[in-house]
Formats: sequence, structure tokens, C-alpha cells
Amino acid sequence: MILSIASGKGGTGKTTVATNLAAALECPVRLLDCDVEEPNAHIFLKPEITERETVTAVVPDVDLSKCEYCGACGDICQFSAIVAAGETVMTFTEMCHSCKGCMMVCPTGAISESSRTLGEIIKGVSGQVELVYGSLRVGEAMSPPMIRKVKEEVRTEGLTVIDAPPGTSCPVIESIRNTDYVILVTEPTPFGLNDLMLAAEAVRALDIPFGIVLNRCDSGDDNTHRYAREQGIPILMEIPDKREIAEAYSKGHLMIEAFPEMKVGFKNLMGECVKRET
Amino acid sequence: MKLAITSDGTTLSSETDPRFGRAAYFILADPDTLEYEVIENRQNINLPQGAGIQAARTIVNACADALITGNCGPKAFTVLQKAGIEVLPGAKGKVEDVIEQYKKGAFTPAKSANVDGHWV
Amino acid sequence: MNMKELTIISGKGGTGKTSLVASFAALAENKVIVDADVDAADMHLVLEPSVKREAEFMGGHTAQIRPDICNQCGECRERCQFDAVSDDFVVDSIACEGCGVCVHFCPADAIEFPRRLSGKWFVSETRNGPMIHARLGIAEENSGMLVSLLRKEARKLADKKRLEMIITDGPPGIGCPVIASVTGSDAVLIITEPTLSGLHDMKRVGELADFLKVPALLTVNKYDLNPEITRQIESFSRENHIVFTGTIPYDPAVTSAMVAKKSLVEFSDTPAALAIRNIWERVSTYMQT
Repeated sequence: MILSIASGKGGTGKTTVATNLAAALECPVRLLDCDVEEPNAHIFLKPEITERETVTAVVPDVDLSKCEYCGACGDICQFSAIVAAGETVMTFTEMCHSCKGCMMVCPTGAISESSRTLGEIIKGVSGQVELVYGSLRVGEAMSPPMIRKVKEEVRTEGLTVIDAPPGTSCPVIESIRNTDYVILVTEPTPFGLNDLMLAAEAVRALDIPFGIVLNRCDSGDDNTHRYAREQGIPILMEIPDKREIAEAYSKGHLMIEAFPEMKVGFKNLMGECVKRET
Repeated sequence: MKLAITSDGTTLSSETDPRFGRAAYFILADPDTLEYEVIENRQNINLPQGAGIQAARTIVNACADALITGNCGPKAFTVLQKAGIEVLPGAKGKVEDVIEQYKKGAFTPAKSANVDGHWV
Repeated sequence: MNMKELTIISGKGGTGKTSLVASFAALAENKVIVDADVDAADMHLVLEPSVKREAEFMGGHTAQIRPDICNQCGECRERCQFDAVSDDFVVDSIACEGCGVCVHFCPADAIEFPRRLSGKWFVSETRNGPMIHARLGIAEENSGMLVSLLRKEARKLADKKRLEMIITDGPPGIGCPVIASVTGSDAVLIITEPTLSGLHDMKRVGELADFLKVPALLTVNKYDLNPEITRQIESFSRENHIVFTGTIPYDPAVTSAMVAKKSLVEFSDTPAALAIRNIWERVSTYMQT
């Protein structure tokens, strides 16, 4: 089973749910941290790092000695990453989407494959949890190719848990598509609810079953409960708003380490997801 | 000698356009004879990204020797520089007045882009 | 006119960007507010804008195969680098990158390439002045482009109304919409929280500001949650030429203010509200120099 954990709003507890769930199950779990812009799962799982790999994207490299300045490369490029002007061809590789169109259209074979570093994939082990996370290079704009790379580590057997980035646009969609069940983590505040509604629409667009984990459940107002009820979205788990939980989090401690009695809650959460997957 | 000037209209009495990539028109003028032609930039204005780069390409392909505009971003500047076109930023007022100022040597070629790109 | 633009970012989500900007909106004069967190926009919940003008945002292109013309030769499938063409020759609009390679190479000219309507953007009036905001369509891309557009419109509006400042509520992360929010700003204000995650993410976003050559200011929200990490953040900022503008204590009134659709400084005079006033003083003084 592939279980993804998302939320519209940031800071609602995605990583908390993902790491605690993975660690509470006491069975082999693969956790993929797809929040490649700001990966945090490793802070809580403190894995022993087993592998690091640089991830690159294909970009064009022009051999001007073979170029006849026909301009076909610049014409096909939708992203202005390659431009032929007068007697020169220039590339702006940071804008390249790696479609290879320029290489395909070049009549003289003057364009070959070079690469741009997107970031790094890091793998590690923490107890029974195998963690894979991506770390986008600072200054790199495109996170989806990096997310795709992390998602190549999905296991077809056993359980894979995916920690998605916040929001509702392409990086989130890339993270949660082709997963079996989505947990949307939110808090019962007006911002939390607004973003939950957006996230729910996105998950529905992908046609994946989903439920809610309500973090800091006793703060804010009761509109999130009402929304969930009206929409028929199950609330799978509620986590109380306790200063001790926030303090443990601040130090990078897992909730189930600081409060072992919460382990059963996460085990039940997993049970709820499995039950509702189909 | 061909001078390209970003303009919001199609005559020498039009106002210069401070934008480069998303300027309405380019006026390509001979400063001595004041003969000119107009190049529309409509195809670039609505580009989702890279308008500056594409506008620079238009200027290069029009065989201009120098470009007078308000602001020029880094990528467009790179393209123009590589093609050997002088970038003269700081244009204000009517196109014809700017040509006069140019002839008096009022513009200094930029050594780098004078504004940040809109997109990285 | 010497108009300045301040962008508020955080790296980590949920550290209080929008709440802080809502308070700044109440404290600052002669400014326009931009909500650049376009895929989870929340500012409108506090500022309750009345929309004066709305426009469509056209994003990138998407390939669409016309089944009546397609002869299923497979050229598009072979060339697509994004696995966006299905076995039965339908383009998955989510996977399609809009590169146009299939369109170019289709021997039957069966592929259309329209730009997609990716969202809407609005120019609004609020009790605290004008606001520019947007709503990105569900599962749409190009939020960076939309952010650039919002900032450009804010500039136009500020020019026209002779406003002195643009205050932009940025998105979380360090990727495309963040880069689009920060590039060319006069300063960024990073708001973080004293947690190991907050510290980790703040460092990356600080590095990004440095990479984009935009000066950075910093504030720590809920500083009393972990005073030790607050100290670490403060010393990190001093060592990295980030201007430390002060701390905000944890305050449950922040959520109550949100529920009441008010910014904290409008809602109460708690120590957190006072701290935000002081931070605004420092930030606005910094922006004027």
C-alpha cells in the first residue's frame, strides 16, 4: 500500500504524522519525504545514512562549430531556455524543462546532452523505517523532477508512506498521484479549513480516497468538524493541542517517544486507512 | 547605423516604453536620416516567460546596432551583448527626442543588466 | 518615487507568515498587500477584500490529441519525456509539461496546443488598503508565473496610487513560487519558529535570499516554545548578516484573532501584539534606509 500525507496549509503536522506513523507500526516501512524544498522527516527519524546520490536534469549543450544558425532549437523551446539570435546560440539552462526538443530538431546534431544539478537524494535507515528524502539545491526552481526521482523509490510490496509538501499545486500533485490513500492533516482554524477544502478538491480531482487527521484538535473553532461531517470525509485521528507535544517537536523528538501512549493512536490510524483504502 | 527604441506607439512622436521584453513596439530608426520602421512586439508580450529573451532575439534579427530602452533584465542583456548590440538604458520621453539625445551622446552603454529578471 | 517591496517568507510552512502580514497590513500606511501564496491563499480570510477587478490567468500550454485525426503512429509517445501520452493516445494534462515536442513532431498534425486557464487573479480593496491576490486552479502549475504577475500588478498599482510599499505574503518552501516572490524584492523578512525543523528550513531560505542577492531580516515566532533554539537562530542570523528584528511570544489570541477575521494587532493588546508592533517599527525603519 502507498499512503500519502498532505495538507493545503503548511505547518499543520504532515511530517509529525508521517514519521510517527512509520515509526509506530513496528514493521518494515519505507518513508519517502517528497517535501524536497524543505525536507524535515530526517530530523525526527535521525537515520543512519546509507546512500547519497546527486540528481541531475538533462539540459542542452551546443557545439557552435556544428551549428548552422537555423534557429530551429529556439523555435521549439517553449521556455526560452535556448535561443538562436543572429550568429549565435545561447542556453539558459536554469529555465530548461528537459524535453529534449532542441536536440530532436537540430538538423546538424550540434546539440548534445549536458546536465544541471537538481539536488540530492539521501537514503537512510532508522529502526524498521527506511527513509528516502530529496533535498532540492538552493536556487533550483523546479521541484517536480526531484519529487519524481524520490517517488521512484516506491515499493510495490509492503507499506510506503509519502510525506508531501504543503499547498495544492504541481509539487503536491506529483507527490500524491498514484498513491492508494491520502491523509490530509489540518488544524481546526479558518486558515486550516480553507486550505483543507482546497486540498480535498485536489485529491478528489485525482480520484484517490482520503481522510483527515485533525491536529491541535481543541484549538480554533468547530467549523472543520462541521465541514468533514457535511462532506462525509472521515476524521481518522485527533491529536490534542498540548504545549508538551510542541516542545518535544521543537527538539526533534518523535511524539511516540515523548508520549509512548500515543503509539496505539497511530497504529489505529493505519488500520483506519487500510480499512478505507478501497 | 540602426537604432532600436522601445516605444508604446508606431511613430517618432510616440512615447518610449520603459519596458523591454514587454514593450508594445520597437522603432528601428536611422538617427541621421530619421527613416524608420516599426516592429511589433505583440508576439512576445503575452509569453508566459522569457519575453526579454525573445525580444532580444527580435532586436538581434533586425540587425540593430544599439538598443535604447528603459530597463533591461539580465537574460536579455546577455543575448544582446553576445550579439554585439549596445544596450543604452534610461530612455524617457518621446522617441524623436531620445534620438536627438542619443546623437548628443547622452546615453552610456550599460555594462550589465539594470534590473532584475522577473523570473529568476 | 522610492517604492519598496518587502516579501515575507519562512521556508517551513505554518510559522505565521500570513498572520504577521495581516498585522503589518493594519500597521503600515500607503501600501499594497500581495498574497503570493497562490496555491493556499489565506490572507483574504482576514482582510475580507471586496474584489474590484478580476482577470483570468493563462498558464502554460497543454497538448491535446484530436482522436478524429490521430492515426496512433506513436511518434508522440516515443518523444514525450514526461510519459504524458497514454496507450490509447490521450494526454494526461497533469503529467504534460507543455513543451510542444509532440505537437512539432506529430506527422498527422493531430495535436492541439492551447494555453490553459490556470487561475484567476484579483485587485481588491480592504479595510487596510488595496490588495492583489489570486486563486490558482486545483492541480494547476505555473504558480511562479502567477506570482510574478501579481507582483507586477502590485507595482503598477503602487505607481498609480503613489504607494510607498508593497508587502508580499510569500509561499512556503524554496522552489519556483518562492524564487518568483523574492527575486528583485528590496528585502525579505523570514519568520521562523524555534524548532529544529524551523531552524533547518530557515537556513535554507536564508541561503536562497543570499543566492538571489536580496537582504534578509528575521523574526522568531513562538520564541518561548524553545528559548535555546531561539538563541541558536539569533546567533545564526548575526553570523550570516541577517538582520534580527525580534521575537514574538506564543499567544493563543493569534488563533482567536483569525477566527474573528482580524489581525492580532487589531484584535488585542497581548504581548505578542506588542511584539509585532515593535518588529514592524524595526522593519519599516530598515526599509526606509
